[in-house]
Amino acid sequence: MGADAAGTTFIILMLPFIAAICAPFLTRHLKHNAAWVLSLAPLAIFVHMLGFSPVVSAGEAVSGGFSWIPTFGVNFSWYIDGLSQTFALLISGIGALIVLYAGGYLKGHEHLGRFFSFILLFMGAMLGLVVADGFMTLFVYWELTSITSFLLIGFDHKREASRRAALQALVVTGGGGLALLAGLLLLWSMTGVTELSALLPLGAEVRAHPLYMVALILVLGGAFSKSAQFPLHFWLPNAMEAPTPVSAYLHSATMVKAGVYLLMRLNPVLGDTLAWETILPLFGGTTLIVGTLLAIRQTDLKLMLAYTTVSSLGLLVMLTGFGSEHAIEAAVLYLVAHSMFKGCLFMVAGAIDHEAGTRDVTKLGGLKAAMPITFAAALAAAISMGGLPPFFGFLAKEEIYYALWAASPWAIAFTVVAIVGNGLMLVIGFALALKPFLGPKVETPKHAHEGPVLLWLGPVVLALAGFLTAILSPLAHRFISSPMASAVAGEETAITISLIPSIGMPLALSIVTVVFGVLVYRGLDRARAGVASLLHAIGWGPDRGFDQFMDALVRLSFSVTRRVQPGRLDVYMKMTFAMVALALLVPMLRYGELPSWPSWPEDTRFHEFAVLLIGLAGLVAVLIAKDRLTAIVSLGIQGFAVALVFMLYAAPDLSFTQFMVETLSVVILALVMTRLRLYPSDHRPWSERIVSGLIAIGCGLGFMLYLIRVTQDALDLRLSEFFTQFSKPIAHGANIVNVILVDFRGTDTLGEIAVVTIAGIAILALLRVRTRRRPRAEATGAGAIAVREEA
Amino acid sequence: MQTLIFRTVAPFLSALMVVFSIFVLLRGHNEPGGGFIGGLIAASALAIYGIACGVTPVRRAIYFHPMNIASFGVMLGGAAGMISIFFGVPFMTGLWVYPNILGVEVALSTVLFFDIGVYFAVVGTITSVALALEERDEI
Repeated sequence: MGADAAGTTFIILMLPFIAAICAPFLTRHLKHNAAWVLSLAPLAIFVHMLGFSPVVSAGEAVSGGFSWIPTFGVNFSWYIDGLSQTFALLISGIGALIVLYAGGYLKGHEHLGRFFSFILLFMGAMLGLVVADGFMTLFVYWELTSITSFLLIGFDHKREASRRAALQALVVTGGGGLALLAGLLLLWSMTGVTELSALLPLGAEVRAHPLYMVALILVLGGAFSKSAQFPLHFWLPNAMEAPTPVSAYLHSATMVKAGVYLLMRLNPVLGDTLAWETILPLFGGTTLIVGTLLAIRQTDLKLMLAYTTVSSLGLLVMLTGFGSEHAIEAAVLYLVAHSMFKGCLFMVAGAIDHEAGTRDVTKLGGLKAAMPITFAAALAAAISMGGLPPFFGFLAKEEIYYALWAASPWAIAFTVVAIVGNGLMLVIGFALALKPFLGPKVETPKHAHEGPVLLWLGPVVLALAGFLTAILSPLAHRFISSPMASAVAGEETAITISLIPSIGMPLALSIVTVVFGVLVYRGLDRARAGVASLLHAIGWGPDRGFDQFMDALVRLSFSVTRRVQPGRLDVYMKMTFAMVALALLVPMLRYGELPSWPSWPEDTRFHEFAVLLIGLAGLVAVLIAKDRLTAIVSLGIQGFAVALVFMLYAAPDLSFTQFMVETLSVVILALVMTRLRLYPSDHRPWSERIVSGLIAIGCGLGFMLYLIRVTQDALDLRLSEFFTQFSKPIAHGANIVNVILVDFRGTDTLGEIAVVTIAGIAILALLRVRTRRRPRAEATGAGAIAVREEA
Repeated sequence: MQTLIFRTVAPFLSALMVVFSIFVLLRGHNEPGGGFIGGLIAASALAIYGIACGVTPVRRAIYFHPMNIASFGVMLGGAAGMISIFFGVPFMTGLWVYPNILGVEVALSTVLFFDIGVYFAVVGTITSVALALEERDEI
């Protein structure tokens, strides 16, 4: 593809971020109607991605990118095949609807602009994740989705529950991200490639590698935490603290599917092994059952949906790793179907909450007359979720049974798991679509009526999409499902399933599922009570475990900190200087590198003696000083003597700086001393003084021996010669010291001035701490250290 | 420290020192001097002024919060390095121009701006610490 098209794709990938920057300004002027404008960004992405269809459906992939860190062969690159394209279409298509929905749902909210900004940032991160080709690109976007979802879940930051949920999601998914990073780096070192597209053909090599198992576990750690697999599922229901548009977007169509995406993407590389086909179905199947059981217990509409999302993710993971002929196709179909019906149902739940003032299913009823459009959308989505015709969910469920059914104990076990899971999901779907709408009218906190167009547009479009894709299934398969399944399977795959069921085992299993579902639905209240009492009996859950884990972590780090950082300045100083003395003396003694005794220079001049004497005088003055202030000023004398030495030996810059630093440290130390309320003189017992004295002598001796030793060898003058030679011609400066600082090693200096400034900020903060004694002592230390460092 | 002589002389001394610090900063590329040492001189000038006349006049005289001056310095240093982006050369490459201003050829460079950034970072940081400590003095 040409350079121009690559540029366009890059702009398209950046578009959500640009829109995120514009969002607050637009919202200030247009209020909630900014949603109409902002949804153009995802729409543009959708159209652009749709434009790849002819290429992608022909089995080709579109790729492009830039060199990022050429030294390591790391690129910022993208690779759009059937899998990426389908995900990108879901993200941008549902994203556009969610932006509109958010405009209606959060109408009048004081931070609406911020919300748009966050959700668009998230969209950009997610879009980048699914089209990323380079490992580093993938990882950066992966972590970006964790961070932006942290912002979104914690959007209502004044409530503690939502802060906790945000932190929990960040810890779990961020921790998984680190595992993924390790896994990607391992794959990199195993194969030597840094791009997914280059990794895909190397599957056989990776699977035969002795480190395969480690890489697999690390990658699964990333995928399972992101896709909320049991026992890491607990963060997802807690994330329902977020406003409903977030739940509908992150927890139906996008973020939680990132893990599934990763598994599908790496299926041709890591899949087709015993470990893959054991771990994935086991974890997925467990998650499926646990998720649906927990969903049955809930009465909150959003929590019911959240737990069914957990179970759907389990189903997807199970199918991805099942390894049979149709399993991949089933996973692909179910993923698409799930995004549509779950997004729709979440938005319906939000609309009910928004209009009726509650989302407790036991307190709702008879809304059909008040909210007919929402009801129609909910019903359509529930039918799709239950896997009934004529919706896309039906195709997915038929394909699932095609995939699972076989005459072996392993297959039968998972078929049963799927039947129970699907049946219970059908129950939840209809509980959500029927209970609030049918039956006698129940008094709700708010007088319910149909919401504005922004609120029902999203659900209706998604419900229609679920219907149209089923009716026009050959078209959907040709452009969406088959290219995606081919990408996941790593070979040409064609999906043919349509709404006309063939008589056989899958249809029979579907009927069993429906019968099972209807039976449970009729006894829903009893089932709910049963699960609740079961959970009560168990008592402990991973959610509590997370709290305990965090508590233990905080306690551990606290006790370590108390031990390593007692907060006493004299201890710090003693340790630091003792270490300096040891670092200087031990290697010299250990390797017999002590200097030979130097001969006294012949031609010592009178003024050189004078300087030495000044230095000595300063030293003696420090030792005999009665109070601390005198000692500090006397130390200054010594410093000036050193500055004089620099000056005599042709280092004017150094001496200049030394003079200034000495002056300023005396001034600042004196200022600090007057504030410390120390005893004017040193009252420590002799034993402590001797220890300090020994450390001081050790440091002095160490430096002296070290310097003598260094000057006794021939100096390596290559650097000095280089600088002398090139300072003028290259850097146009005669002062070599300055040229080194600002030109040859300018980047170092930039880092140093940043450090100086940050140290300054830290000192200011410490000075402002109200508590009296200890913080000031630390400020003194930090100040003195910062000044010394620069000298 | 607030003797009459010191209080009278301090403002002039400080002004002279600040001028000198700028001189030292600008000559730094060819003669002893530079942003770091210039910054230290200016910082001690302000410290002296503060000891003599109190912190409030100093804060009024420098107008900006010293920490902002320091941050500006770091930003200027970084920006001077970034200019090289537009010329397709690596970060922090020194770039020189020699415009003719009033008949005198003046050597301007990104390096000079970087050095000025160092100057501000040093002045700002040390002054903010010194002033904060002196402020405590008055309480």
